[in-house]
Amino acid sequence: MRFFEYEAREVVKRAGIPVTDYGFTTDAAEAREIAQRIDGPTVIKSQVLSGGRMKAGGVKFADTPEEAESHAREILQLEIAGHMPRGVLVDPKAEVEQEYYAGVVWDGIRKQPVMIFSPVGGIDIEQVAEEQPEKVGRRHFSNILPLSDFEAKEVIAATGVTGSALNKLVPIVKRLAQLFVENDMVLAEINPLGRLADGSFVALDAHMDIENEARGRHKKLLADLGVGDEETRQAREATPFELAGEEVDSQDHRGVAGNVTEFDGNLGLVIGAGGGSLTLFDAVRAHGGKPANYCEIGGNPSVSKTCGLAKLVLQKPGVEQIAVMMSIVSNTRVDIVARGVIKACLELGHDPGEKIAIFRIPGAWEEEGFKILEKYGVDYADRSVSLNEAARRAVEKIGGASA
Amino acid sequence: MSILIDSDTTFIVQGITGREAVNLTRECLDYGTGAKVVGGVTPGRLGRDVHGVPVFDTVAQAVAHHRAPIDGSVVTVPPAFTKDAVFEAIENGVKLIVIVTERIPRRDVAEMVELATLRGARIIGPNCLGIIVPDVIKMGGIGGPAKNAAQAYTPGPIGVISRSGGMTTEMSSTLSAAGLGQSTAVSIGGDAIIGSSYAELMPLFEADEQTQGIVIYTEPGGRMEAELARWVTEKDSRLPIVAFMAGRFMDEMPGMSFGHAGTIVEGKEDTASEKIARLAQAGITVAERIEDIPEMIRAKIAERSAA
Repeated sequence: MRFFEYEAREVVKRAGIPVTDYGFTTDAAEAREIAQRIDGPTVIKSQVLSGGRMKAGGVKFADTPEEAESHAREILQLEIAGHMPRGVLVDPKAEVEQEYYAGVVWDGIRKQPVMIFSPVGGIDIEQVAEEQPEKVGRRHFSNILPLSDFEAKEVIAATGVTGSALNKLVPIVKRLAQLFVENDMVLAEINPLGRLADGSFVALDAHMDIENEARGRHKKLLADLGVGDEETRQAREATPFELAGEEVDSQDHRGVAGNVTEFDGNLGLVIGAGGGSLTLFDAVRAHGGKPANYCEIGGNPSVSKTCGLAKLVLQKPGVEQIAVMMSIVSNTRVDIVARGVIKACLELGHDPGEKIAIFRIPGAWEEEGFKILEKYGVDYADRSVSLNEAARRAVEKIGGASA
Repeated sequence: MSILIDSDTTFIVQGITGREAVNLTRECLDYGTGAKVVGGVTPGRLGRDVHGVPVFDTVAQAVAHHRAPIDGSVVTVPPAFTKDAVFEAIENGVKLIVIVTERIPRRDVAEMVELATLRGARIIGPNCLGIIVPDVIKMGGIGGPAKNAAQAYTPGPIGVISRSGGMTTEMSSTLSAAGLGQSTAVSIGGDAIIGSSYAELMPLFEADEQTQGIVIYTEPGGRMEAELARWVTEKDSRLPIVAFMAGRFMDEMPGMSFGHAGTIVEGKEDTASEKIARLAQAGITVAERIEDIPEMIRAKIAERSAA
């Protein structure tokens, strides 16, 4: 989950890394007060999660508190890449001599975190790595040995930085690495990290992303920052349909019947499991089908949970038929899924034989499942029909294009 | 032969008294020649048994009872306790650990993997279904009940490696139906950081005489496919590889996670199209449809043996 800049800066500050004396507000008049307190030129920055704020006009400079207020008023109304800002940050305009970069990310191949440092900051680190690779230092560090100063020193020195700058940067980079680990971040970045006229360093912007799986062990931090449990901050906000899917899935703890993503087609999908869903969604589209949704079933969900998911999909406006398909199941039971989807059709007053374009779930308890499907006249297929062929048949039935 | 496990492999199940673990134990005991499940561990449940398997409070007790080192462990404890359980197994001399548990933060996974590496142990998973050697042994829930597993998996020359547990079975079943059995099938897990990647398992298959070709299932997200492509190119592997890439639609939806925790397009390099190009460059055939895989791998094996 991405943090807003004002939250990320707070995390940086708590780690003992110097930050400017900024203020966050959702109110233009308060922006003026913050600027008054700062008593000098300020930068007004839109607090949105999307990149490209500067280009979109979400970052403006102000010489006076009045100017700060008017910029704040404008920026608070400015939508950037489909997102309204959470608020604005009023930041003292620092007299920066040089901009640096410091970051920490995971390396999934080495399976260790890696510190990244560059004396070229303020721009995208990928761009620096491409254009001036000698200016980017990288160093992996252990997951189980204690982090030591020399590791930060090495990554900084590798880029040619020496003198008092090196000595002042070591604790900053080390603390960033520590906060990355301690807070279960997947990204912790200070960019730019500014060197001021007096030689001291200050974090001028920060990007932080905490791993969703670890949110449970950072409840205090999230509460302090005012992040609600329900905030997922996905690339796009969840739709009411998707939220309803989550509700179905959380009705009991047995198995999964959810992870719904909304699309605007006419073929409803009740599919699984993880990899099976990806494969089937691709297959439907490859045959010219228009999926109404993505979803996942797995881990042997109950009849009522499966029924809930099928009902949700069936009731989605524009859905003409549903296709119930999974890769071969060994844990989930075919008969339980069959019961769930048939129950959903019946409760909504539909004929399962007409509403279910195809049922392709082979595996555990398939004889029992197929018997039930036969009774209700549902077209079903066993493992001799591939996922791809099942998807093709479903698309053909609904009258979509078919190869 | 096989990789990682064979009919002599002994293992324990950590978290054995959980509902899924009880089923998994039954399945492993019933499958093939019958797995040697020499103990289970659930703290506070010393003295019980699960399908005849004795339950202990600690891994050390299980090892003492067995009077010999134990080869492996299947870990099915909740995410908050997984790291401790895996550390316990490693420090008690277990060399092969299959982690079934989902939703483990990657810091914990990275710590487990680093300790395993220090101690010469190997981790498969997390978020995986384990390993199967057709008709011989299975370690984990892979393939489900013995009856179902026997229907999908048959012995033969193909090594299978998959980021999706369910798709390991789907692809193996397709291979079996076409008369191509499997030497060993490994569900490696769908997380961003896992104990054993494609490239890390390749040397084992390379050294296994039974294995003549490799079939992999892959998804967007991460750089494991690039690592495999590099390995294949550098090592001049004797094994032809056919890959299936799911989640092609995700290229249009950066930043959204689908299917597995590790399946998210975060940069240019981890899109499906980029991976397909990279794999193809390394001579790995990427199948459009699963049903095309058997003929593709058969042709590639024939090509190699003719050369």
